[in-house]
Amino acid sequence: MTAGPSTDPRAGAPGAATPTRRNTELALLGFAVLITLAAQCIVDLTVTGSLRAELATFGAWFAAIWAGLHLVVRKLAPYADPLLLPAVALLCGLGLTMIHRLDLADEQADAASGGDAPVQLLWATVGAGLFVAVLVVLRDHRLLARFAYTLALVGLVLLALPAVLPASVSEVYGAKIWIRVAGFSIQPGEFAKICLIVFFASYLVDKRDVLALASRRVMGLEIPRARDLGPVLVAWALSILVLVFERDLGSSLLLFGIFVVMLYIATERSSWLLIGLGLFAAGAFLAYQLFGHVRVRVDTWLDPFAYRDEGGYQLVQSLFGLGTGGLFGAGLGGGRPDQVPVAKSDFIAAALGEELGLFGLVALIVVYLILVERGLRTSLVVRDAFGKLLAGGLAFAVAWQLFVVLGGVTGLLPLTGLTTPFVAYGGSSLVANFGLVAILVRISDAARRPAAPPAPPKPAIGEAPTEVVTP
Amino acid sequence: MNAPLRRVAISVLVLFTLLIVNVNYIQVVRSDELRGDSGNTRVLTEEYSRERGSIVVDGTEVALSTPTDDTLQYLREYPQGPVYAPVTGYYSLVYGGWQLEQAENEVLAGSDDRLALRRLADLFTGRDPAGGDVVLTLDPAVQETAMAQLDGVTGAVVALDPATGAVLGMASTPSYDPAQLSSHDPGAIRDYAAELDAMDADPRLNRAIQDNYPPGSVFKVIVSAAALASGEYTPDTVIPAPDTLTLPGTSTQLRNFGNSSCSSSQEQSLIDALTISCNTAFAQLGIDLGEDAVRDMAEAFGMTGESRTIPLETAGSSVGDIESEAALGQSSIGQRDVRMTPLQAAMVAAAVGNDGTLMTPYLVDQVRAPDLTVIDRADPEELSEPVGPEVADQLQEMMESVVANGSGRAARIAGVTVAGKTGTAQVAEDVPDHNWFIGFAPADDPQIAVAVFVANGGGTGGDTSAPIAREVIEAYLEGQGG
Repeated sequence: MTAGPSTDPRAGAPGAATPTRRNTELALLGFAVLITLAAQCIVDLTVTGSLRAELATFGAWFAAIWAGLHLVVRKLAPYADPLLLPAVALLCGLGLTMIHRLDLADEQADAASGGDAPVQLLWATVGAGLFVAVLVVLRDHRLLARFAYTLALVGLVLLALPAVLPASVSEVYGAKIWIRVAGFSIQPGEFAKICLIVFFASYLVDKRDVLALASRRVMGLEIPRARDLGPVLVAWALSILVLVFERDLGSSLLLFGIFVVMLYIATERSSWLLIGLGLFAAGAFLAYQLFGHVRVRVDTWLDPFAYRDEGGYQLVQSLFGLGTGGLFGAGLGGGRPDQVPVAKSDFIAAALGEELGLFGLVALIVVYLILVERGLRTSLVVRDAFGKLLAGGLAFAVAWQLFVVLGGVTGLLPLTGLTTPFVAYGGSSLVANFGLVAILVRISDAARRPAAPPAPPKPAIGEAPTEVVTP
Repeated sequence: MNAPLRRVAISVLVLFTLLIVNVNYIQVVRSDELRGDSGNTRVLTEEYSRERGSIVVDGTEVALSTPTDDTLQYLREYPQGPVYAPVTGYYSLVYGGWQLEQAENEVLAGSDDRLALRRLADLFTGRDPAGGDVVLTLDPAVQETAMAQLDGVTGAVVALDPATGAVLGMASTPSYDPAQLSSHDPGAIRDYAAELDAMDADPRLNRAIQDNYPPGSVFKVIVSAAALASGEYTPDTVIPAPDTLTLPGTSTQLRNFGNSSCSSSQEQSLIDALTISCNTAFAQLGIDLGEDAVRDMAEAFGMTGESRTIPLETAGSSVGDIESEAALGQSSIGQRDVRMTPLQAAMVAAAVGNDGTLMTPYLVDQVRAPDLTVIDRADPEELSEPVGPEVADQLQEMMESVVANGSGRAARIAGVTVAGKTGTAQVAEDVPDHNWFIGFAPADDPQIAVAVFVANGGGTGGDTSAPIAREVIEAYLEGQGG
């Protein structure tokens, strides 16, 4: 696959039949399933010395998910990007493997606990269901634009819900981002993220001409009119509110970053990036001054070893795991990733880094990079502005979330409570991200689908380079 | 919108590159630091989950690992604790390894190159990896006697086999219980360490090798060797032995022990001077021989100032700076800046006993794989030949006289000729003297050479240290059927 998006041929080149690349997808999915099963075998053999009886069930189930999704894509989105689904399958499989490996460690420490991997597999199945539902219901991604304001409302409600609910149902480890009902824990923020990205895309496509208007130039920068600052200020305020009422540094950072980047893509004005950065700096400063939990996060980030027995314990253990793993890692089942608290969810990347080593962790990052860059490529190729902005926003959301999480786990950024997409244990995150990828698959199908045969009298709009739609 | 999208794509690439660079930094650059951090229990649990090899003395394990039920699967035990502590050291969760537990860690932990093939085999056969054993040269009778004799004093005993350099005994007091520093309870370990810290003399220091002290008259053996080796002296050569000696270029009066007189004629033979340990005679003799002759002979006996690896790291022994003839006079009676480890003192006796050939001292006789096959065996090596056999014979004759008629009479053993030399070294004003004795026996066929050091014993080498040497020698010779 060539990486440079600019060299890609335009979709729907006249005369040439566009290959669907579905067989490529099938082969890559098979590869992802094989890697997952091999990894599961290694874990079992290393930790317990024998293969568990449920491995066949797991393998069949796991393979069935991807075979099913492949068939659905073949039927409903035949021109979809062939790399999106295999990348997700590989990430999901590695995540399940590591969760299973940590289950085994839990069992060794205490026979009663464990058993999170089957639950996660169940959630993956639910996610696959959502994926299918999105493809069935959403035949054209532009439909989403019609429901933009409804989705905005849903997104805001989901985001606000944990804040207004009593702490007993919404607070875990100090962050009020959960809804716990009947034994299930849901993190509505993960779904709110997608709803808000859809809304941002629709809103910004509508308003981008106004937002792109420059009133004056100061030092080579186009400064927007004061009244146009409204939306970005609202997004900023929203992020601060999330931080105040839910004590969720991660979602706050995630939403604001996504909004600013989408604003930039829509308006092509880099001044928005600078304004966003300025607002971020101001917000960060305020948060540091006002909120104890933010201050603690920043202090432990700056010198985790000074707080190794207190707030920095997780991060220090994570760094120990990564450092001990070294270049090649301890091998699946050979390390002690269970020494890092909450290794299954927040710190699963550290567990993978310890057992798969630098090579494994970098490979994991590269799989994410493929997923994200294919999403961005879809965004470049698709012809409508809403689709462009939506695909760009969704792809960037995955990239930004991974950067914030992995940066936190490796000490590059302060720790946040975000999950590693597709890999970490947690139903909401997994299901929501399946939905996210379903939308990307839908858009990429539209992007690569050959245009309908052009009506003879006028030139086909769809064949023209996408740049013509920009001002 | 494509231009900003492309820039976003590139920014994502940059962000991910940052992540990759950062994990490279953590997993490669900082890997060793993070792996070795005392808070990182991963490496330690791995080490503890492997059966560590034993330290063996005469077929008995003096340090061994026994299986436990807790997460650290093996506990280090020292059945005879304090007796071998100066040699074994400890293997601590909190403080790491010490003495042989540190020096031979690679063998004991199983990571030594000599065990590489076996490790490879373990990988394929699924055998639990285990560490190798370290078999010491120590003789239990010598070690136990030496530790018992030193009980209550601060000091050290080193016993060598003169013919090979094998260390037969290495005692240092006060001692401690290494098991209490090697338990699985960090709190108890720290408490015990604090207890040791509070003592005047740190028990964890192996005084036999890790510190050096002024040897006093023991050094006269080396000055005698230099004199005899020059060819201008025999044991019967008469040398000046005044009651007081004014050191050249100063008004300092050097006197004999207790201001006594060596000889009414103010002169005596070399052998008599050594026998009664006459200070003025040896100070003058050293000055007459010159700095080079004395220094060269000291270096030939091993006093090069350099550390030795036996495989424990020893402190160096040397004559120090000698800036004047006056200083040379004081140095010639083992004062001023002359410093010896008890091991070095034993080496002097051993070299004389071994016809003038000094053997390299060593503590490890064999390295064994976990299945007890010997994978390495010590090969005695000559370190130097400070004097020829004739001079060695003359020195031996003089040292026999010391024990038979002189300051070392307390080391006499019925039926065995013992050769030796006492030393009583001044430390400082109002501080009790160090008491030394070096010797070997039987004089005509030396089986054992010993050095006894009692720090600030307050008596003389003859009354404090010589009896300890006698007990150690007797214990060894009895064990050998002699």
